[in-house]
Amino acid sequence: MFRTISQRLLPRCTSMRQKHTLPDLPYDFNALEPVISAEIMLLHHQKHHQTYVNMLNQTEEKFMEAKEKNDLKTMIALGPMLRFNGGGHLNHSIFWQNLSPNGGEPEGELLEAINKDYGSLENMKNIFSSATVAIQGSGWGWLGYNKTTKTLAITTCANQDPLEPTTGLVPLLGIDVWEHAYYLQYKNVRADYVKNLFKIINWKDVSVRLAFAKQ
Amino acid sequence: MFRTLSQRVWPSRTVLVREKHTLPDLPYDYNALEPVISAEIMQLHHQKHHQTYVTSLNQAEEKFLEAKEKNDLKTMIALTSQLRFNGGGHINHSILWQNFSPKGGEPEGDLLKAIEANFGSFDTLKNGLSSSAVSLQGSGWTWLGYNKSTNSLAVATCANQDPLEPTTGLVPLLGIDVWEHAYYLQYKNVRADYVKNVFKIINWKDVATRLATARQ
Repeated sequence: MFRTISQRLLPRCTSMRQKHTLPDLPYDFNALEPVISAEIMLLHHQKHHQTYVNMLNQTEEKFMEAKEKNDLKTMIALGPMLRFNGGGHLNHSIFWQNLSPNGGEPEGELLEAINKDYGSLENMKNIFSSATVAIQGSGWGWLGYNKTTKTLAITTCANQDPLEPTTGLVPLLGIDVWEHAYYLQYKNVRADYVKNLFKIINWKDVSVRLAFAKQ
Repeated sequence: MFRTLSQRVWPSRTVLVREKHTLPDLPYDYNALEPVISAEIMQLHHQKHHQTYVTSLNQAEEKFLEAKEKNDLKTMIALTSQLRFNGGGHINHSILWQNFSPKGGEPEGDLLKAIEANFGSFDTLKNGLSSSAVSLQGSGWTWLGYNKSTNSLAVATCANQDPLEPTTGLVPLLGIDVWEHAYYLQYKNVRADYVKNVFKIINWKDVATRLATARQ
């Protein structure tokens, strides 16, 4: 997040904050059809995620200004904006990678972990789906990794609360159930959206995240 | 919520009969609030979302009573989240449909006086309600409420379907629903436009009546 500029250029130490940017999708906007429409992908990426990025940058800037003035009250007051927009950026950056037009099925160590902790892939999907569909309001369902107990876990977070800062679990696979993620296509039938989403999960990406978390 | 059956019909015991909650009718047609809120949104919002809160509320109350009869306190406590969510959803939307009117209008009389006394002007109130509604993180409602202790108006927000009065003590006068299902089909991500337009269809007479009742 920060770089110090060389002493040669500026005689005193200065920090320069790199701005967050919207990551590109690894596929076209229409690549996830018919599960998720191009219209939803476009709005979700270019409007919703972009707004989290913009607001995160603004919030970080205000935070640094407050820090320079030693204005602790403002630094604390900015917490919710940092969490909401920072979480939104973290969550969606994971989400785009979690999805793929040809996602396949879990294999190798990921499948072993799923079978060990849930008995079967079907069972894991059922638990994950019910927890996610039951979220009251806006939020995310997560398959996460508990580094302490070396087990998988299924849990939910409200709004844009990011999984790891909130629970300590490493995020492997997220399901966004904010209404903007599905409403244009599925209307109020969140259960159909969640069910269909399993057709486009990028299980290789989920495996890679698990491998990293285990290091 | 409960009626006892007449002793004359069953002289030996008293039975509690729970009346079920029902979806209230809209006081206007589904297309009546166009172009501010589309008929498609009104239909889904009323017949799907609100209906689901009513159905789930009835189910939660039934399970609660069953648990109560078995003195199953853990289940009773576990059900409070469903009760709050669906009960709140039912309460909130029942108010919302009455808060709207195709004709809109402006606040008058005692309501206007109270607004001016508490906020300075009607415009200041609108700005306050709007910024609150637009900046709400996630799903929830922004409310104009009445504080019975201080005899004053207040702007407040609640998350999800948390109902205003049980949550804050404020009596609900006017609610702005900013769950995405309330506007997304028409306004997409531009919540600010929806909130701005919603002021054109507020039934200020209904808001005034709620204030008068709260002050009794």
